[in-house]
Amino acid sequence: MISVEGLSKRYARNVAVDNISFEVQKGQIVGFLGPNGAGKTTTMRVLTCFLPPTSGKASVAGYDVMTQPMEVKRRIGYLPETPPLYPDMEVYEYLQFVGRLKGIGSGDLNRRVNDAMERCAVTDVRTKLIGKLSKGYRQRVGLAQAIIHNPDVLILDEPTSGLDPKQIHETRSLIKSLAGDHTIILSTHILPEVEQICERVIIISKGKVVATDTVENLTNRLRGSEAIAVEVEGVEGAHVDSGLVHRRLEQVRGVSRVLPRESRGGRLLFEVESLQGRSIRGEVARAVVESGWNLNELRPVALSLEEVFLQLTNTDTAVAVEEVAQ
Amino acid sequence: MRNVLAIFNKELKSYFSSPIAYGLMAFFAVLSGYFFYVYVAIFVSRGVESQMMGRGFPMDVNEWVVRPALMNISVIGLFLIPLITMRVFAEEKSRGTIELLATSPVRDYEIILGKWLASFTLYAAILAVSMINICMLYLYGKPDFSPILTGYLGLLLQGGTLLAIGTFISTTTRNQIVAAFATFAVCLILWVLDWVSSYETAAWAKVVGYMSVITHFEPFAKGVIDTKDVIFYASMIFFGLFLTARSLESLRWRA
Repeated sequence: MISVEGLSKRYARNVAVDNISFEVQKGQIVGFLGPNGAGKTTTMRVLTCFLPPTSGKASVAGYDVMTQPMEVKRRIGYLPETPPLYPDMEVYEYLQFVGRLKGIGSGDLNRRVNDAMERCAVTDVRTKLIGKLSKGYRQRVGLAQAIIHNPDVLILDEPTSGLDPKQIHETRSLIKSLAGDHTIILSTHILPEVEQICERVIIISKGKVVATDTVENLTNRLRGSEAIAVEVEGVEGAHVDSGLVHRRLEQVRGVSRVLPRESRGGRLLFEVESLQGRSIRGEVARAVVESGWNLNELRPVALSLEEVFLQLTNTDTAVAVEEVAQ
Repeated sequence: MRNVLAIFNKELKSYFSSPIAYGLMAFFAVLSGYFFYVYVAIFVSRGVESQMMGRGFPMDVNEWVVRPALMNISVIGLFLIPLITMRVFAEEKSRGTIELLATSPVRDYEIILGKWLASFTLYAAILAVSMINICMLYLYGKPDFSPILTGYLGLLLQGGTLLAIGTFISTTTRNQIVAAFATFAVCLILWVLDWVSSYETAAWAKVVGYMSVITHFEPFAKGVIDTKDVIFYASMIFFGLFLTARSLESLRWRA
């Protein structure tokens, strides 16, 4: 649906986007992740034909952004970081205006406006001035504006920034509900958001794509080794020496590191990391049970996307991770 | 055309749903009314004077009231127009709504044309306020109608020119105050350019004088429609809108 090939955007002094390439399939929700100033907004502006690229190609639904901008614009809905609203217009009036701009015929217009208002839950403020709306409502009117012409592709630039937790939750579920019909690209620097909404992530840093994969693969791939949380308890409340367990766990084949975590009552918690590419869950379980302790819990610990993100976008740690991975 | 109309309607609504349109109309009504009153008063006192001197009363109301009133309105226009055009693009830029316009399937010239036509309509509506004064003349006399008509035509053309220039200047900044001042400065320069022709007769002075928007208005106020004046205004309007289009385009390359 969207394909970007060797795209670069240079400004007078700096390079905002440096030779990035990625593809987005139809119907996917893709998270565009990166620290502030990484080039997310610039990339989105190129895709929406707001900015021309310095070099490289970008196409939306098969239409090139440079040579067929009108076709591209007809097929995208765009919500910039600050929703493009006119404070002196009423919600309904504004959406009618946008609908006309997007080329909706007058016979269809009212139905489309009502439809968009319903989907974005702004019907109750239809006759209010946009300037008087709360931030959450404004964001939703912005979204309604983006989906009004039922575009193939939705491009949302930080759709939840500046909202309160409840509004963030509402906006996220709204975006989720829009998936399926639309291909969605959303940019954010909030990690849980990507984990919650997106199927795929494109991480960009300093104008370059540093990773692109599904959320699970990315965390797994970066992890490389396995980490598991183990909870051990003495049989029938018998006291167990923490040091003893620690040493026993370290002796398990394939274990690279054992970290003691907090212990509650007689229950001891450890985090055990494996060597690269080794599965140690079975071995650990057997070791604990054979030593005559109870194994209360054994679960994999996923590296949060946050850690992945920091590792990828921070050059020093990224190098460190790669060295570890060698 | 549909897109031009959509932009036009939205612009016009935003003028009339804010105090701008009404404020400008009031400002214009007071100023043009005051000038009109002054000219009528002068006309009347001169009339009385000449009657007391025992002379007839051949004074022409068109020459003594209508023409100077129209000339004054054309000068008031210099002050009004920056206030009309300052927001046209500067506001869209500062609010970020320019991104909506630029990413919609609408061509730049449609946006520009819609906006310019809306500002032109507002300007025409403001001018219409001064018609009240002119109508008063018909209650007490019979002024010649054709110079009034050509005078207003001239005012519209001159206004259209300055509006086009103001629209261009508005694309160059996101600050409305800056846009207003810059437009005012340019309008002022275009007005006073013809002053050189009053002391200098060389070719360059003629060229400079020709650029003045006021020089081309005078014939209209006298009831003369000269093609060269119409062409001057039409080409200036085109030039202003052309610059606007180029400026919008360059925004994208630089932004």
